[in-house]
Amino acid sequence: MIEIALKVTIALIALAVVLNVYRLIRGPDATDRVLALDTLYINAIALILLLDIQLDTRLYLESALLIAVMGFIGTVALAKYLKRGSVIE
Amino acid sequence: MTLAIELGISILLIIGGVFALIGAIGLARLPDFYTRLHGPTKATTIGVGSIALASFAYFAGANASYDLIELLIMVFLFMTAPISANFLAKAAMHLKVKTTDNTRGQPWDQ
Amino acid sequence: MNARFGLPHPLLSFALFFVWLMLAGASAGYVVLGLLLAWILPLVTRGFWPDTPRIKKPWKLLPYTLKVILDIIIASLTVARLVLSFRRKPQPAFVCYPLTLTDPMGITMLASTISLTPGTVSADVSDDHRVLLIHAVDVSDDQELIEDIHDRYEKALLEVFQ
Repeated sequence: MIEIALKVTIALIALAVVLNVYRLIRGPDATDRVLALDTLYINAIALILLLDIQLDTRLYLESALLIAVMGFIGTVALAKYLKRGSVIE
Repeated sequence: MTLAIELGISILLIIGGVFALIGAIGLARLPDFYTRLHGPTKATTIGVGSIALASFAYFAGANASYDLIELLIMVFLFMTAPISANFLAKAAMHLKVKTTDNTRGQPWDQ
Repeated sequence: MNARFGLPHPLLSFALFFVWLMLAGASAGYVVLGLLLAWILPLVTRGFWPDTPRIKKPWKLLPYTLKVILDIIIASLTVARLVLSFRRKPQPAFVCYPLTLTDPMGITMLASTISLTPGTVSADVSDDHRVLLIHAVDVSDDQELIEDIHDRYEKALLEVFQ
C-alpha cells in the first residue's frame, strides 16, 4: 500500500514543481520569482524525503536538512537584496 | 508493520502531496503577489510537514530507528515559513508591487 | 549566578541542547558534548544577542501551541477551498491591526501565528511597534478580523508575556 501512495505522492509533488517553475518563468515581478524559488526548495525537501522512503535508506536526510537551512537563508538574502539593494550593510 | 500503521503512513503521504500541490496551484493562479503569498506559506508548509511526519513514522515503524531529523526539518519549516513570507511582503511593499483592483486598504512603505 | 560563566540565555541553551541531541542521536558521549556546547555557545555569542526575552508564564505556551497547530490545519483547508474555487474571485484587503502587546518577542510570535493561521499574512510592523499590517486574502469585514485575532491569539500571548 505504501508503495502506491508513495508513487502517487511523488507524481503530485512533481506536478507542484512544474507549476512552481511556471511561476518562476512567468514572473511578473522579482518577488514572485523569489517566492517561486522558495516554494521550489520546500518541494525539493519533500522529494528527498520521499526518495528516502522509496530507497529505504536514511542517507539523504541530512541533505534535506541542509536544503531547509540554506533555502531559508537564500530567500531571506534575496528578499533583503530586493528591499535594500545589498545583503550585508 | 501492521496494516493500520501502513494505512496511516499512506494517508499522511497523500495528504502531504495534495497540500503541496494546492500550494503550487495557488502560486500559479491567484491574481496578485500578496494573495499568491498565502499558498506557499500555509498549504505547502503543512504538506511537507505531513510528508516529514510520514517519513518519521515509516522509519520508526519499519526498522525502529527513532531518528528525529525529520521532526527537526518539520519544526524548522514551520518556524521559517512566516519569516520568509514577512520578508518577501516587505520587499514587495518597497518595490510597490501591483495589487488586484478589488483590494481594500493600502500597503505602506516606511 | 556568575555573570561571566553562568548561563546568559537559559532558553537558548535548552534549545541548543535538544537540537543537538536530535541531530546527533542520544549516546552518552553526545549528551556530554551537547551539554558543553549548550553552555559554551551562548557565552561566546553573548555580545550578539539582544535582551533575554521575558516569558513570565512559560507553561501557558503549551495550550497556545496546541491551539495554533489546530488552526494551521484549518488554515490549509481554507486556502485549499479558496484556491480550488475557480468561479469566485477572492476579496483581499490590507488591515491595520492595533497591537496591545509590547514585548518584541511577543509581537514576533503573534506575527508568525497570524502568518500561519487562516487567510492572513502579517506584512509589516510600524516603527513604533504599535500597528501590525496584515494582508488578508478573503475578508469582508475588517473589524471582525481584528476582534477575532485579538480574542483568539493576542489575549493568550498577553497572559504569557505580562
